[in-house]
Amino acid sequence: MATTNSRSLARLMLFPSVLLLLAWMIVPLCMTLYFSFLDYNLLTPGNDEFIGFVNYEFFLTDPAFIESFFNTLLLVTGVLFITLVGGIGLAVLLDQAIWGRNYVRIMVLAPFFVMPTVSALVWKNMLMNPVNGLFAHFATWIGVDPIDFFAQMPLFSIIIIVSWQWLPFAALILLTAIQSLDREQLEAADLDGAGPISKFLYIVLPHLSRAITAVILIETIFLLSIFAEILVTTSGGPGYASTNITYLIYTQSLLQFDVGGGSAGGIVAVILANIVSIFLMRLIGKNLEG
Amino acid sequence: MGSITLKQVTKSFGKVNVIKPIDLEIKDGEFIVFVGPSGCGKSTLLRMIAGLEDTTSGTIEIDGKDATDTPPSKRGLAMVFQSYALYPHMSVRNNIAFPLKQAKMSPEEIETKIANAAKILNLDTYLDRKPGQLSGGQRQRVAIGRAIVRQPSAFLFDEPLSNLDASLRVNMRLEISELHKSLATTMVYVTHDQVEAMTMADRIAVFNAGIIEQVGTPLELYNKPVNQFVAGFIGSPKMNFMNVKSADNNPTATIGVRPEHLVISKDSGMWHGTVGVIEHLGSETFLHVHIESGDTLTVRADGNCDIQYGDKVYLNASPDKVLHFDANGLTLPLEAALKTA
Repeated sequence: MATTNSRSLARLMLFPSVLLLLAWMIVPLCMTLYFSFLDYNLLTPGNDEFIGFVNYEFFLTDPAFIESFFNTLLLVTGVLFITLVGGIGLAVLLDQAIWGRNYVRIMVLAPFFVMPTVSALVWKNMLMNPVNGLFAHFATWIGVDPIDFFAQMPLFSIIIIVSWQWLPFAALILLTAIQSLDREQLEAADLDGAGPISKFLYIVLPHLSRAITAVILIETIFLLSIFAEILVTTSGGPGYASTNITYLIYTQSLLQFDVGGGSAGGIVAVILANIVSIFLMRLIGKNLEG
Repeated sequence: MGSITLKQVTKSFGKVNVIKPIDLEIKDGEFIVFVGPSGCGKSTLLRMIAGLEDTTSGTIEIDGKDATDTPPSKRGLAMVFQSYALYPHMSVRNNIAFPLKQAKMSPEEIETKIANAAKILNLDTYLDRKPGQLSGGQRQRVAIGRAIVRQPSAFLFDEPLSNLDASLRVNMRLEISELHKSLATTMVYVTHDQVEAMTMADRIAVFNAGIIEQVGTPLELYNKPVNQFVAGFIGSPKMNFMNVKSADNNPTATIGVRPEHLVISKDSGMWHGTVGVIEHLGSETFLHVHIESGDTLTVRADGNCDIQYGDKVYLNASPDKVLHFDANGLTLPLEAALKTA
């Protein structure tokens, strides 16, 4: 039992690790905050003077910022839409009694284990390449011009690649949720005269609402910071057509050597991520209660 | 209307025959209880009647029409599940309305039907709550409400009271019996509890290992069980069985006496033994008497009996209250058994 004594001892024992974790988080954040107010460019070292909000002004008024902001939103919502719709579909299918179900389930999960860079390279060179790619071969086979995916629809291509990676995650979480559905509810719905579509809409989907919320929240955190897939495939181009905020910060600080501007972008990204998360929690967080 | 006829119905899961050929006629308006130990196939048969399990062979007729391959929703039956199977995200009102909405009924009609069901089952004050906010008994009532609004030709109950506590179970038992009297609809009720079976049923079907041992009214089963299994299953506490030494002219292998038919005597009787554990229930007393043959007999005595642990007593039973079973466990006719004895 937790007595006052043991509780204060527990706090004492926890103190070092809590302090370490706090420092781990606070120190980089404060340094970023500090850099964001400096004229800190790697091309002119030693010249870093305090310039107030100028970095922020430049970052926020940059036309690339607006474009990459909407790209980020489009990327997140696009991937969420595809993975949720596809994930629910896959989960319903995988829940059926089919031969070799366990092997199919493992195989469905496989894309999640592939590193982002590797999967982006596979998609870029083997599937979406306009000359050698599988899709190009298929297009010429049916007699249409192959699509140059990364030139003609760069952001969409990236959405496809990222969706492919996250689909198994969504499918797996939703599958476990479907399996926890009380079979007697479905049987009761059967007797109540509900067809397959009614059963899905009125019984399965409401049952999944909590799992769907969890998938949305978890995926959003990771999708806001998609980077490797963009670097490997389009490098944010053409123009800024496939640049998201994460990638914009990278170009700012490491391609233009403007650490101050990059830091300002980083802080903006942190604020935006928090706005998104508050918004999401307001919107769907109540599903997680009870 | 709600007569159900089973003809040579069987069910196998792979090579295991869960239901061996069963014939049963359920009359319109009847309250029939399927009772038996767990794993005897009674729930499976109920689910086959509902259409939730396929029938391996044989036919199920509902109101004279072959319904063996009819989907559950088209059979016109309503089922109350052991877990209630309420839809947790819907309010009580929507739970009850669900089958009506599926049947594309008009909102006004649905509203009157819900109001009606709520009145019968005392659910008025709970209509806007979710099932999670209700107690077990209330959930049970919602499940019944969802069943009655459809006006089915028969109700199927799958151990509906087994998740309730003892006192609530007695109440719900009464409510369901009351409901049967007022609706006069066929009810098929599955339970493993013989008390529920005895108190509620018009007729009882006793199941054992995939077959029906006996069908009859509660008193028929109590007074004239066809075999040792039914005799042991019906009645609480259980009937006492004693093995008898076989003789050439006597087919009796086992005799059975119910605890309530044993009479305690201080000086003489058919059996002599030592009193073991005594259970005082106030209205009655159960004595466990170890007799000389090594068997332990349960005796039901008066509530205020003054017998102590370790007392030597004699037990008696009127010969016409003793049942005789042959080596296969079948009940022997009383006259024949008495003549040879």
